[in-house]
Amino acid sequence: MTAKPREPQPRSAAAVGCGTEIEYLSFFVDGQMFGLPLLSVQDVLDARTLTPIPLAPPEVAGALNLRGRIITAINTRRRLGLGGAAVEGRRMSVVVEHEGELYNLIVDRVGDVLHLSVEDCEENPATLDPMWRDLSTGIYRLENNLLVVLDVNKLLTFTT
Amino acid sequence: MDDLMRDFLAETTESLSILDLELVKFEKTPDDADILMNIFRLVHTIKGTCGFLGLSRLERVAHAGEDVLGRFRDGALQPNAAAVSLILACIDRIREIIAALEDTGSEPAGSDEVLIEQLRALAAGDAVIPAAAPSAEPAVATPAPQAEHLEAAPTEGGGAAAPLMAEAGYPMAAEMVAEVEAALAAGQKAASEAEILADCRSEAETADMERPDDYGVAAAEETAASAAAAYTGLDRRTGSDRRSGDDRRDTAASAQSIRVSVDVLETLMTMVSELVLTRNNLLQMVRGRDDSEFAEPLQRLSLITTDLQEGVMKTRMQPVGNAWGKLPRIVRDLAMETGKKLDLQMIGAETELDRQVLELIKDPLTHMVRNSADHGVEMPEERIRAGKPETGTVTLRAFHEGGHIIIEVSDDGRGLNTRKIRRKAADLGLVSEAELESMSDAQVQQLIFRPGFSTAEKVTNVSGRGVGMDVVKTNIEKIGGTVELKSTSGKGSVFTIKIPLTLAIVSALIVECGGERFAVPQLSVRELVRVSPSGEHSVEVINDSPVLRLRNSLLPLVSLHGLLKLEQSRKITDGDFFVVVTQVGAQNFGVVVDQVFDTEEIVVKPVARMLRKIPFYSGNTILGDGRVIMILDPNGIATAIGQATLASAAEEVEAVAHHSDQRASLIVFRAGDEERKAVPMALVARLESIDLASVERANDRHVVQYRGRLMPLVHLGSEPDWSSGGTRSVLVFSDQDRYAGVVVDEIIDIIEERLEVGLSSERQGILGTAVINGKATDLVDIAYHLTRAFSDWFGPAEDMSTSRHPEISRSRRLLLVDDSPFFLNLLTPQLAVMGFEVTTAESAEQALSLRDRGVRVDLIISDIEMPGMNGFEFAQAVLSDGRWGQVPMIALSSHVTKAYRERGKQAGFLDYVPKSRREELLRVLNQTLEGLGEAA
Repeated sequence: MTAKPREPQPRSAAAVGCGTEIEYLSFFVDGQMFGLPLLSVQDVLDARTLTPIPLAPPEVAGALNLRGRIITAINTRRRLGLGGAAVEGRRMSVVVEHEGELYNLIVDRVGDVLHLSVEDCEENPATLDPMWRDLSTGIYRLENNLLVVLDVNKLLTFTT
Repeated sequence: MDDLMRDFLAETTESLSILDLELVKFEKTPDDADILMNIFRLVHTIKGTCGFLGLSRLERVAHAGEDVLGRFRDGALQPNAAAVSLILACIDRIREIIAALEDTGSEPAGSDEVLIEQLRALAAGDAVIPAAAPSAEPAVATPAPQAEHLEAAPTEGGGAAAPLMAEAGYPMAAEMVAEVEAALAAGQKAASEAEILADCRSEAETADMERPDDYGVAAAEETAASAAAAYTGLDRRTGSDRRSGDDRRDTAASAQSIRVSVDVLETLMTMVSELVLTRNNLLQMVRGRDDSEFAEPLQRLSLITTDLQEGVMKTRMQPVGNAWGKLPRIVRDLAMETGKKLDLQMIGAETELDRQVLELIKDPLTHMVRNSADHGVEMPEERIRAGKPETGTVTLRAFHEGGHIIIEVSDDGRGLNTRKIRRKAADLGLVSEAELESMSDAQVQQLIFRPGFSTAEKVTNVSGRGVGMDVVKTNIEKIGGTVELKSTSGKGSVFTIKIPLTLAIVSALIVECGGERFAVPQLSVRELVRVSPSGEHSVEVINDSPVLRLRNSLLPLVSLHGLLKLEQSRKITDGDFFVVVTQVGAQNFGVVVDQVFDTEEIVVKPVARMLRKIPFYSGNTILGDGRVIMILDPNGIATAIGQATLASAAEEVEAVAHHSDQRASLIVFRAGDEERKAVPMALVARLESIDLASVERANDRHVVQYRGRLMPLVHLGSEPDWSSGGTRSVLVFSDQDRYAGVVVDEIIDIIEERLEVGLSSERQGILGTAVINGKATDLVDIAYHLTRAFSDWFGPAEDMSTSRHPEISRSRRLLLVDDSPFFLNLLTPQLAVMGFEVTTAESAEQALSLRDRGVRVDLIISDIEMPGMNGFEFAQAVLSDGRWGQVPMIALSSHVTKAYRERGKQAGFLDYVPKSRREELLRVLNQTLEGLGEAA
């Protein structure tokens, strides 16, 4: 995944200098595009059988077996405060590591890997949902979309 | 670094930790020749090996230490604290050098002349210098500034010292090469006594020849003289010790072991775990297909896998004592440094746990013991002032419980000072003032686990070096454990560490509930019962809580549906369910589930951090079919249903010190006539069914053989027809080793009810009438009936007659202290009938802790003979404190002599009443109350 033939990105205007580009894995929840630094992503999975965990926080969707490791599935929709039922069909999930444990973020759809320049990253606008503002490290204005970059550690720290 | 050096380092580090232990033991029992010999041998082996490896600095230090030990051995020198400190300093120096060796691969530069001179002087019998010596060279006595010392050493060392070391070192090396080669050839590891003797001889010669050049004539003469004395001592001893020496040689030869890297074991363990899971998977596939050709080989595979798993597990299990090895030394040093008197008790050192877990708790444990000894235990004067023994005790206790290992670190020191913690927390800004206001003392105590908190006023050398309890807590939680703290001001603190046996493979029962499957550790499952409305067992509801009648005992039930908030289609009372009878500590309860599958071997994996707050899971695992399943924690469930057995001291006090106005369980039955009768459930030891045909007559009484004894039977009301045959229910009462049975016609129910006795009774054997479950019920005076079975049930026989209970108009708070729960249960309802609000305590200590918690009482009745603090001491303790100082006290004892009465009066008891004479107690109570009334 990290082997990268550097294709020029459509919006490469700011791709100046070396080492200022970050790769993001984009995914969609409830139509909104989100991104996670590619280096923090361990795996991308398709839908799997989950074991529900009674009494777990509502953000926890269950647990599943990934090649002999037990990982905790997170209802990302719920965690991001997005309403509505999950999209039926092939839901996917993004596996990330947090404090030595693996978590599985359930998302509606996984998009492309984007190479974006650090300098293009903007501060969270004041109009951004306060809940997202806490979870996000910044946003990118792409041609058709707004990419909200999520902070894995904050995303997986919740107290209920 | 070559292999030889690595082995040497590993072996020496091991020897050093044994040495620490042995030396502390030796200090306590200086006469034990075996311990001394062991120490001598260890030091000798270290010396020998480093000579062989050309580690001259190390060798010289070891040699000097060995000389002193030799003098102890032959009795020429009496070991005292200062001498042992010096030897320990010598061992610390060796350790420092070893540590540097490990880091750099070569001996650090530096001089040990000061230390060696001290040792030499000590060996020569000059005890004065060594006594003061350790402080002269601080790097030796305190382990902490080790790195600093090593850096500072070269300046101190330069010049003349270096060549001198080389000269003294190398000739020895050559000699050692020969020795070690010979030993290797003989297949021996440790030097035997005979060899040591031979070594000593040749060394003496070497020393005689060479040392004068280095140290001057006087020193050489001293050394030679001491050495000579030591060797004659050895000679003398060799004869008597030869046998044990030979024994040791045998063990040394037979103790064949190899060192295996931990990584190899870890990999093995992981692979075996995976193998077990794969095996389970295969078994699941073949199950239900009787004709499968795989069945037989699979069974063999299964067996081998199990054996393999056990074998690998064994390599990982180590007694927890291995993590405690350093502690006696640490506590001893601490005692020396601080001037405290400290005793370290280690209980359950043989309790085994996973090696990995052991490694991880080593440091937290060390820190906690240090903390307890340093901050918890007071200085001797302070302890004496507080009325405690001068020597403070730190206790380490380990045991297994419900798939966990529990380690308690407790001290009998001053306890946590919540006021100081509050102040400090506020100063540090850990919590806001407002938060502090609303926090209970117990919550305040938990603050010490916050990062950046250290309670010690002064940062001592021993603890408080920035590593706080927060690190301890984090480290323990990292492995899925918990730390609990209970502290009582003036009484000490108890830290309870609970660590799950993670990674270990356990056998678990798979159950289903609300469509979900769960694993229950087989360890705590006692049996399975199927319940259905039409079947043999059915669920009853008593006072809104479901119970199961199981072999004459009532088992409280908890539904897993309710506990885990799962959907439940059927009511628990009408439907087929399974009850998993679970035992946690001494408590039994039933967990109601929909379905029970078979048992499976599972690899316990800790649950994700964000799920650890849920008390009902001890872990999770992957089943044979690849599905993830949660493992239920019986301890958590027990706690949830209020039967916590892990309750810490304070909670126990609360549980025992119940008030009579709280609910009490009563057994309601019929006997003799149609009236409903009741006795407190707590009094009844067992419910039994007895075949009337087995009832015999002896000494004009009805008796039955019960548990190898004769149990007298009494009846209430009209006499049963003994000859009629058939079975009858019997309430069995027991106190100490005696049983007595009360024959009843029918047990109606067990009811939890607030005990309010309305009418007191005129009839013998009936305390009064109460409304129980909406019906008038006679409360039976069991004491009256028991004295019919055993006239001396409450002590020496005295004529017994019941008397009228005087009514007490106002509710008075009465504290009853007696170590016999039976007696407490017996007397409580009687006193309640008299209108008292009764609080009970099973020991004087417990009673005093009630006082400390601010419980107020108007009258105290106390037993005299109690374990721990007796009644007399209790009375003094009560009088010495203002809170209860004015409360009248009455002694109640089965031991009544004139002398005792006198002593009781002196101790401050108003009166002294024999246990067997309740009417006198009532009279005295009346009198006392009249007195109180006047005073009020």
